[in-house]
Amino acid sequence: MSGFIIITLIILVFIVIYQIGKASEYAAVIRGEEKVKASTNRTIAILLLAMFVLSIWGIWMCNDLFKGKLLPVAACATGVNYDMMFNMTTLVTGIVFFLTQAVLFWFAFRYRSTGDKRTTFFFPHNNKLEIIWTTIPAIAMAILVAIGLRNWFDVTSPAPPEATVVEVVGKQFNWLIRYPGKDKELGKRDFRKINDANNILGLDWSDPHNMDDIIAQNGELHVVVNKPVKLLIGSRDVIHDVGLPHFRMKMDAVPGITTTLWFTPTITTDSMKLITHNPDFVYEISCDQVCGKGHYSMRGTVIVQTQAEYDKWMAAQQTYYSQNAPGAAPTTPAAAPTDAPKKDSVKAVTMK
Amino acid sequence: MSNQEIIIDGPNVVHGGDTAPTDMHGHEHHEQHFIWKYIFSQDHKIISKQFLITGIIWAIIGALMSVFFRLQLGFPDSTFPIMEKFLGDWAKGGKLTPEFYYALITMHGTILVFFVLTAGLSGTFANLLIPYQVGARDMASPFMNMLSYWFFFAASILMFTSLFVETGPASGGWTTYPPLSALKEASLGSGVGMDLWLMSMALFVVSSLLGGLNYISTVLNMRTKGMTMTRLPLTIWALFFTAVLGVLSFPVLFSGLVLLIFDRNFGTSFYLSEIFIGGKALPHVGGSAILYQHLFWFLGHPEVYIIMLPGMGMASEVLSTNSRKPIFGYFAMIISLIGITLLAFLVWAHHMFVTGMSPFLGSIFVLLTLLIAVPSAVKVFNWLTTIWRGNIRFTPAMLFALGFVSLFISGGLTGIFLGNSALDIHLHDTYFVVAHFHIVMGVSAFFGMFAGIYHWFPKMFGKFMNNSLGYIHFFITFIGSYLIFWPMHYEGIAGMPRRYYDYSAWESFKHFQGINAFISIVAIIVFFTQLLFVVNFFTSIFRGRKLTNPNPWGATTLEWTTPIHPGHGNWVGEIPEVYRWPYDYKDDGHGNDFIPQTTPLRPGEEEH
Repeated sequence: MSGFIIITLIILVFIVIYQIGKASEYAAVIRGEEKVKASTNRTIAILLLAMFVLSIWGIWMCNDLFKGKLLPVAACATGVNYDMMFNMTTLVTGIVFFLTQAVLFWFAFRYRSTGDKRTTFFFPHNNKLEIIWTTIPAIAMAILVAIGLRNWFDVTSPAPPEATVVEVVGKQFNWLIRYPGKDKELGKRDFRKINDANNILGLDWSDPHNMDDIIAQNGELHVVVNKPVKLLIGSRDVIHDVGLPHFRMKMDAVPGITTTLWFTPTITTDSMKLITHNPDFVYEISCDQVCGKGHYSMRGTVIVQTQAEYDKWMAAQQTYYSQNAPGAAPTTPAAAPTDAPKKDSVKAVTMK
Repeated sequence: MSNQEIIIDGPNVVHGGDTAPTDMHGHEHHEQHFIWKYIFSQDHKIISKQFLITGIIWAIIGALMSVFFRLQLGFPDSTFPIMEKFLGDWAKGGKLTPEFYYALITMHGTILVFFVLTAGLSGTFANLLIPYQVGARDMASPFMNMLSYWFFFAASILMFTSLFVETGPASGGWTTYPPLSALKEASLGSGVGMDLWLMSMALFVVSSLLGGLNYISTVLNMRTKGMTMTRLPLTIWALFFTAVLGVLSFPVLFSGLVLLIFDRNFGTSFYLSEIFIGGKALPHVGGSAILYQHLFWFLGHPEVYIIMLPGMGMASEVLSTNSRKPIFGYFAMIISLIGITLLAFLVWAHHMFVTGMSPFLGSIFVLLTLLIAVPSAVKVFNWLTTIWRGNIRFTPAMLFALGFVSLFISGGLTGIFLGNSALDIHLHDTYFVVAHFHIVMGVSAFFGMFAGIYHWFPKMFGKFMNNSLGYIHFFITFIGSYLIFWPMHYEGIAGMPRRYYDYSAWESFKHFQGINAFISIVAIIVFFTQLLFVVNFFTSIFRGRKLTNPNPWGATTLEWTTPIHPGHGNWVGEIPEVYRWPYDYKDDGHGNDFIPQTTPLRPGEEEH
């Protein structure tokens, strides 16, 4: 019922506004169109200028309101570089934004028509001006490209050889994290061997490197502070994306292709709780490529720990092999449990 | 080819200008049946109205969808029983299901990008303005032009039908990346809805090509005497390059879609490899999901300019006319259009910086992408200089053109962040992107379109739109757009991903709930303001103030030399000859502040 009342109200408001619009049209004819045009023109010009001033004030207030909530604290060295570059780009574009908008609204106000047929300044072209405002943006862009490419080649450079390798695999709708175990090597896997019951990543049990691999199905990525970590990223089904806002990193997880990214975390989760004054703080992995109905709930976490904490945690983990006796595994993937996707959707709902 | 040739129009033959000039106007509608005059019409003016009105209907549907999903985003814990009335089981109890949320955002994107801002925008104004402003009686091929609309109409029907299938319309985002869109097991929307989406888009590409080829040949071949290329108004230059972009890039999208159809239905593996889904491993090996993204964005990026260029052209025209000043830097404007058109083909992979592509390749795309800032900056500075020392009349069209420039600056500047891969790596697929493209190609292009509608409405219907309603429409829409999209930048900078149904489980993003609610409220207000425009549009067609002067804005271009209600063929008698460029806003020696293109140069007067 209330819906109908709202709709009726909206229609009534429409009719009122429409009638006002119509009435002003007739009034203009009666009062003399030229006169009305001139006064409307002045009102509009003042409104435009007022709107600009208010907007600048609004932007100022908005920035104040969001202070400290924007770029999260960068938790890695490349992230700090990122923030510097981001701030510099914001400064450059901010100046251009303010100047051009100010000029636009000032000109609109200043050169409003006052009703007379004033002859305007016939100014069709000026090559000097064109050259100036072609060159200046070109130089500015060249500087931004230079800084950008330096950072870009920095973050996409090959990981240092001492980096810990961890595999992150996306599936609808959670992250599977595989640690290489004691031999520090990830074993081979094959999508044809996947079985949701006992071989969730399709590990090839004929490869001895797989025997000590550990799979975290809760999406927890444990990493050691100040030690580079390299992620091998894959997907079981559709395209996902590993988004790490605190590390200023993002990389697609594409089925059939292995992508990588690496970073060196510099702040542990515990220190971050103190820095952000948030006892619930946690580094999150967000899926940033739409992957189906549970996309919004595809959440993982990064636990940045000291070496001692990490070793303790690692010692408590069981290998995936020991948890899932491979002898009992069906040999054909076709025999996989059919309720697998259902389990996913339950997860997606309970996630909320 | 002479423009005086006979025009074939449906089963009835209408006479060209040289046969019986008086028949051109006044008698023609007695001869033609309603169906041939208004439905299967080959008159560019009627076709342009068909595109516009279809576009308006689509825009209302697409915007209403955004209202629904904004309700979910703004108030994830509330229910809105009224939604159930519209969406039925998709919003049982007044709460959207996640599946349908994704279907809505997908359809919102598809409808607005393709059906409104491509067909509705360049379909309308290319059809309306090209023959008028180059001085032609109609398009090079009026029949193809008619087909172009009806293919669009068929595409519309299919897309509309897909809203009602049981598994819902396509729901993988407007980019429909496979494997999500290729596998029925991956999501509900990848079923019949996706098939209909693909068929509809294929028809849409056909429509777009028929239209585009026609626009190009008309501009190149059908210009009236004296109308050299350098005397064309900037609207025509912009629409010409829009058509070039479409003709060269839509076929690539088409090929991408055909391969997707094959992958979906005929067991090929163009995009599929090593997939385990629905409890079983699929046989596909060796395809690349990234291939689709290359094919898609090879259109997808030029598409952005297909949307932007008509707005740029119309804003140039409207700014100049209403400042009573020539456009500043006519040639610089054309050169920058050429620059944008060329670069548009060379930057597509900046949408794919985080797909794992080669960092070196990425760096090339960074360079080329940021280069676009140069011609864009030239255009902005030229617009600013155009209004400098003008005599500005604030018609609603002028306000929207000024708003266009403002939004184009704002949205363009955030592109400098996203085009730089080192910054994109954090901002990619966050609300920063949503804010960026909505401002620069969504709202800004809409402002260009509104400027065009308010400005050329008198030419289309012989009536004026109501000014007061136009002013209300402008101010609420302009302020509202900034209020909606400005805060989204902040969310994006914090890393908030786009296309999420609910953020309440996320420690990093849940504190934006308040701002999301604010955005939703403003979005709803802006939506209703657009309905005000629609009311103004349709009532003005029938009850608007009548035009008495065929050139109400004091403009110089050829369309205003036609009668108030031109018949098929546009001009009574000879098509006027053109003697000067289209921006001679100066004293004509008789107290007027403009000189139409049809006025011969005065003795001693130099051509621009």
